[in-house]
Amino acid sequence: MIGRLAGGVAVLAVLAGGAFWMLTRPASLSDETLAALSAHEGDAQAGEAVFWAAGCASCHSAPDLAPGAAPEHRMVLAGGRSFPSDFGTFYAPNISPDVEHGIGGWTLPQFAHALLQGVSPEGAHYYPAFPYTTYTHATPEDIADLWAFWQTLPADATPSRAHDVGFPFSFRRGLGLWKLLNLHDDYATPAFDDAELARGQYLVEALGHCAECHTPRDAIGGLERDQWLAGAPNPAGQGRIPALPPEGWTAFDIAAYLESGFTPEFDTAGGEMADVIENMSRIAAPDRAAIAAYLVALRSSPNP
Amino acid sequence: MFRYLSAAALAAAMVLPTLAQAEEPTDPNVNARHALMQLYAYNLGVLGGMAQARMDYDPELATEAATAIYHVSMAHADRMWPEGTEVGATADSRALPAIWENRAEFDAAAQALTASAESAMGSVGTDLASLQAALGGIGQNCSACHRTFRQPE
Repeated sequence: MIGRLAGGVAVLAVLAGGAFWMLTRPASLSDETLAALSAHEGDAQAGEAVFWAAGCASCHSAPDLAPGAAPEHRMVLAGGRSFPSDFGTFYAPNISPDVEHGIGGWTLPQFAHALLQGVSPEGAHYYPAFPYTTYTHATPEDIADLWAFWQTLPADATPSRAHDVGFPFSFRRGLGLWKLLNLHDDYATPAFDDAELARGQYLVEALGHCAECHTPRDAIGGLERDQWLAGAPNPAGQGRIPALPPEGWTAFDIAAYLESGFTPEFDTAGGEMADVIENMSRIAAPDRAAIAAYLVALRSSPNP
Repeated sequence: MFRYLSAAALAAAMVLPTLAQAEEPTDPNVNARHALMQLYAYNLGVLGGMAQARMDYDPELATEAATAIYHVSMAHADRMWPEGTEVGATADSRALPAIWENRAEFDAAAQALTASAESAMGSVGTDLASLQAALGGIGQNCSACHRTFRQPE
């Protein structure tokens, strides 16, 4: 299936090179977004809250980071963790403020371009192992705050490791087609009028990227949005990532779990989720409650 | 004739998996491990219930629960974790091979839990804030061990 699809992509490139080139051209930030970025004065303290909610450290901290390590260690974004997938193995790059090996030489619009559209300063598409299909919903204000916080992070000189991805996936231009299918302007679930639910939706669908693991993927690795948070095979190996919200859990249970790592039965989070708790335990309590409220609201109308 | 044979084959296909399951009872070591985990959860339910304000803070009950957790952690007999009881090798086990590949780290994780439970015994009766801090310490140790040595569900 993937081989046939890849063949299809290659043939399309030959037959309709021009059209392909147009379709796969990396998008630019809108004037509106650029204006919002420059109008907002970045607040590093608010940016720290965005940092934990967006879970940057889970992928970009060093692979040998000890469980339960102090926050100052989680803030060293040296990269190097590996992410095996059907398409090859991705290695999280160094995104610390180091000028040579990290992203210390970037500007705020370049940072926003990467997060909102998955495009590098050189104009190349990023692989969607970087969850920009989620971050695309983030507000320019949150991104400006996050960038202000970034300037307070320690630089690290670890060189980034190249991804181990074979042809045709090594041909990044083709990701433009993938983005046409998978980079959505709208949320996966309908908008909420209630302020807490709307906040929870923003935290889950724009920053928290819960769906990256909790939603199943199609043959080309796109999220099946009609199976939103319905549970999925574990990309990291055996086992299954559960559906959200877990059966029988109240909003209180979910918020308590995100804070403490304890399930209602007083088991503890293991696997990848233990690391997610390290981030979620550092966001504000009302934000954890908002995430819980949003997830419980999905129970009445799962899989829109 | 063919019909009888296929009926027999069908019957065998339906019965054999059942027999295979019945022939593989859970290893007593795995059962003992699960029993320990249930005792942890039972007592953490008291500390967690108070920490999360699901129940009133009761210093005596909290101390009792922390003491129980400490004693359960002391029952972490090595013989409960023999080789060959990892996930896939025996029914119901989620123990990762990492336990036997890195036994020293596993034993150190168990000792860290005992140490945090011992300190909790002395502090959870002081006030709710002390209980919350102590529970956080115990929870870190539960989680650290589970993420390294237990297969996620």
